[in-house]
Amino acid sequence: MTGYILKRLVSAIPVLLGISVIVFLIMALIPGDPATAILGSYATPENVEKLNRDLGLDQGLVARYFIWLGNMLQGDFGRSFALNRPVIDEVLDRFGATLILAGTSFVLCSILGIAAGVVSAARQYGFADKAITFVVLLGISIPSFFLGMMMILIFAVKLRWFPVSGMWPIYGDRNFLVLLDHLAMPALALAVVATGVVARLARSAMLEVLRQDFIRTARAKGVRERRVIWRHALRAAMVSIIPVLGIQAGFVLSGAVYIEMVFQWPGVGRMLVDAILKRDILLVQGGVVFIAACYVMFNILVDVAQALLDPRIKT
Amino acid sequence: MMAFFKLLARNRLALLGLIVIGIVVLLAVITPLLPLADPDVTDTPNRFKPPFSSGAILGTDHLGRDLLSRLMWGTRLSLAMGFAAAVIAAALGSAIGIIAGYFGGRTDNLIMRGVDMLMAFPYILLALAIVAALGPGLMNALIAVAAVNVPFFARNIRGITVGIAHKEFVDAARLAGMRDRQIIVSEVLPNVAPVIVIAMSTTVGWMILETAGLSFLGLGSQPPQADLGSMLGEARAALITNPHTSVVPGAMILIIVMGINLLGDGIRDALDPRLKSGALSRPMAATQVDRKDPVPAATNSLLDIAALRTEFRVRGRVYKAVGGVDLHVEKGECLGIIGESGSGKSATALSVMGLVASPPGVITHGAVHFDGADLIGAPYKILRSLRGRRVAYIFQDPLATLHPLYRVGDQLIEAIQAHEQVSKPAARARAIDLLKSVRIPNAENRIDSFPYEMSGGMRQRVGIAMALANGPDVIIADEPTTALDVTVQAQILSVLSDLRRDRGLAIIFITHDFGVVGQLCDRVAVMYAGRIVEEGPTDAVLSAPQHPYTSRLIDCVPTLGGGQRKLAAIPGRPPMVDRLPEGCAFADRCDKARDACRAGDIALVATDAGRKTRCLFPENMERARA
Ligand code: SF4
Repeated sequence: MTGYILKRLVSAIPVLLGISVIVFLIMALIPGDPATAILGSYATPENVEKLNRDLGLDQGLVARYFIWLGNMLQGDFGRSFALNRPVIDEVLDRFGATLILAGTSFVLCSILGIAAGVVSAARQYGFADKAITFVVLLGISIPSFFLGMMMILIFAVKLRWFPVSGMWPIYGDRNFLVLLDHLAMPALALAVVATGVVARLARSAMLEVLRQDFIRTARAKGVRERRVIWRHALRAAMVSIIPVLGIQAGFVLSGAVYIEMVFQWPGVGRMLVDAILKRDILLVQGGVVFIAACYVMFNILVDVAQALLDPRIKT
Repeated sequence: MMAFFKLLARNRLALLGLIVIGIVVLLAVITPLLPLADPDVTDTPNRFKPPFSSGAILGTDHLGRDLLSRLMWGTRLSLAMGFAAAVIAAALGSAIGIIAGYFGGRTDNLIMRGVDMLMAFPYILLALAIVAALGPGLMNALIAVAAVNVPFFARNIRGITVGIAHKEFVDAARLAGMRDRQIIVSEVLPNVAPVIVIAMSTTVGWMILETAGLSFLGLGSQPPQADLGSMLGEARAALITNPHTSVVPGAMILIIVMGINLLGDGIRDALDPRLKSGALSRPMAATQVDRKDPVPAATNSLLDIAALRTEFRVRGRVYKAVGGVDLHVEKGECLGIIGESGSGKSATALSVMGLVASPPGVITHGAVHFDGADLIGAPYKILRSLRGRRVAYIFQDPLATLHPLYRVGDQLIEAIQAHEQVSKPAARARAIDLLKSVRIPNAENRIDSFPYEMSGGMRQRVGIAMALANGPDVIIADEPTTALDVTVQAQILSVLSDLRRDRGLAIIFITHDFGVVGQLCDRVAVMYAGRIVEEGPTDAVLSAPQHPYTSRLIDCVPTLGGGQRKLAAIPGRPPMVDRLPEGCAFADRCDKARDACRAGDIALVATDAGRKTRCLFPENMERARA
C-alpha cells in the first residue's frame, strides 16, 4: 500500500505542473502590459520596476513561467498589492474557513447522497423512490446561491433557527457549537447539488449491482435483506460511487464561492471574487493554483480509498 | 427516430419539461414585441413596490424598475448566454474530440493529456481564473463557461470518434482517395452529430446555471444590462426587506434548469436500450407470488414441488418459464433435472426458495412443500430462515456468485452467522472445517483469500462449503460444474457424492449433461419448454429412454464431460416460451410427430414402474415391457 501511495504521489507531479502551466497561460491572456495590469492603481514607476524584476516580466514567456514556478516552489506566491501582504499568507488565512465549509458539505453529500441512492434503489418504483427522485431533481436544478438565500429567509429570518450569516458572531464565544450553528445552513446549501448527483449515481450503481449473481448468493444463504442491501450491494456499488465522490469534492471546493458570498463566509472563494473585482491578479493566480493543488492531492486520497476497497486493484 | 420520439412522449415528465422550456423560450423570443415597460428605466420613488401592485404585476426592484420586464429581458439574456456557451463548447470540444479520435496516435495522446489536465481543475475555479484574466463582463463570462465545458465534449466525442474511425466505410473512403478533411465532414460528423446534440441537451442546463452564477458574483453581465444571475445578485442586498426581488429571478432560473433537466433525463432514458428491455430493474428479496388457484395439498416427501408455474412478465409479454412442474425429492436422494438452457430447469429450482429474479419473475400457480409447509407465498421471514439453513444452493460460475470484494472466509462466516449466534472465532474455526470437508488444501490460509485469487475448481468448492455451512437437508445445485474443465468437474462430483452418502443430504442436481446425471443421480427428470417430458430412475431412463427428446439427448452425449455444443446437435430450437405451440412442444423437432401430437395437451402418464413420459408414441416400450 505504501508503494501504491508513493506511486500515486509521483504521478501527481505532472498533473500539478500541468495545472501551473494552464493557470500561467490563462494569466498570460491578460491584455496590455502585465505589470500595469497586475498593479492596477498601484502602478507607480517603482512598483512597476520591482514587479518586472521579481516576475521577469521583461523576459520571454517560458522564462517567466520558470521564474514563477521557482518562486512558488519556495513558497513565494507573490504579493497582493491591494492587501499589501504575501499572497500565500492571505490564502492560508482564508483556506481554513473554506476547508471547514467544503469538508462538511462533502461529508454531508456523501452520506446523504449514498443513503438516498441506496434507499431509492432498494425501493425502486415505490413511493420512497419517487419522492427521492423528485427531491433529487429539484436539488440538482436549484442554483445553490438562490437556495442559500431562501434558506436565510426561512430558517434565519422567519424561524430564527440559525444566524443569518458569517462564521463567528462579532461578539461572544468561539466554540464548536457556535461554529456548528453558523455552519449548518451554508454547508447544507452547498451540499444539495452534490448530494443530488451522488444520489443519482448511487441509485443506478446499486441497481446494477443488485442484479448481480453474488446478491442472489447472499440471499440464498439466508442473509437478512437489510444486510444484503447495505453490505453486499453497497460495498460493490462503492467501487463506482467513489470516483464520483472525488469529482464532487472538487465541486464543493469550488462551488463554495457562491455560498461564501451568500453567507458572508470568510473563505478563499470570497477572497477570489473580491480579488477579481479589484483586479488583484497575483492573489487570484495564487489562490487558484493553491486550491487546484489541494484538489489534486485529495484525489490521491480518493484513489487510495478505492484501492483499499477493491482488492483487485493492483497496488 | 420515430420510436425515439414516441418513447419521449410516453415519458410524461420529459414532456412536461419540453412544454415548460418551450413556453419559456417562446416568451423570451417574443419579449421585444410584448407591451412591457422599459427594463432599464429607473424610478426611485416607486422602488420596492410589492408584487400585484398596479402598473407592476411583479413589483419593482431597488431602483424602481419594473420586475416583470426585467425578468423577461433577463430570461432572454440568460437563455441566450447558456445556449451560446453550449454551442461554443460543443463546437470546440467536438472539433478537438474528432481530431484526437480520428488521427489517434501522438495527436490523440497530446490532446487528451491536455484535456485531462483541464479536468483536474474544479471547473468553477477554472472559470474564475479565466474571468480574472479577461476581466469581468458578459462576453468574458460566456467565454469562461464555454471554455470550462470544452473538455467534457472533447472527451465524449473522442470516444465515439475512435469507434467510428476504424469502421469499414471510413477505410473504404480512405481507399477511394478521399482526403481526411472530406472524410471527417462526410463520414464522421454525421455519425457523431446525434451524440453531440444529446451531450448539449444534458449540459445546457449546467451552462445556464454557471453563467447565471458568474453574473450573480458580479463577474458576468454588468449594469444596467441584467441577466437572471445579476438580478439575483443585485437583489441580495435587499433579501430580508424585500424578498420578492430575489424570489422572482431565482424561481425563474429554477424553472428553466428543472425543465431542461427533465427533458434531458427523458432523452437519455429514451436512448438507453437497457431501460427499454427492463433490464435496469432490481430483483426483490423474494419472488413475487400471484397465485389465485387452489393450493395443492402437502405430501410426505421432504421437498415436493406440485403444479408449479413461474412466468416472466416483460413489457406486456409473458414467458412461461415453468409451465406446471411436479417433482419431489426424499432424504438422501439425488434427483437430476436435465434440459437445454431455457428449458425452465433453473427457474424451477430457484422458485423453491423464492430466488427467481422478480421483477420480472412471478410464481402464479402450484406449491412447494418442504417438510409439509408450503413455501410459495410464505412470509419473507420464514423463507429467509429456511434459506441456507435447510435448503441451500450451489450456483454455476462461482466467480460471479461469490462476492468479489469479501474474503471467502468472511463469506463463509456470514453464512454461519446468518442462522446461528456464534462468535466470530468459533465461526471461523467452523469455516476452516468446512473448507477441509470439501478437500480444499491448506484451508487455514485459503480462508483469507479473495475469490479472484482462487482457481475455478477451488472457488466452486468454496461455493459447496458455503452451502454446507448450516447442515442443510436439501442442496439445490444449479449447473455447478458447467464452468469447470472435465477433471475438476469429476472432483467436484465426487465431493458431492461423498457428502450425500455421509450426511444423508437430498440433492437436486440441475445440468444439461447426461454423463453427470448418470454418475450422481438416482432419478432424473427431463425438462423441455418449461415442463417435464420424462421422469424415472436414472438407469432405466438412460438405458431405455421413452420420450423422443430424451433419446436424442442421450445420443448426443455418450460420455461424462459436458458441452452445450452436443445438445445443439438436435436440429431446430426449443420453442419460445411466450409462444408455445398447441399440443406437444417438441413436435417441430420430432421425427415421429403426427397430427395427433399437435391436437391438444399431452399428459405426463405413468408408463413403467416409477416412470412417466409426456408423449403419445413413446419409444422403447416393448423392451421395457419385456
Ligand atoms: S408427442 Fe408426438 S411429437 Fe411429441 S414427442 Fe411424442 S411423438 Fe414426438
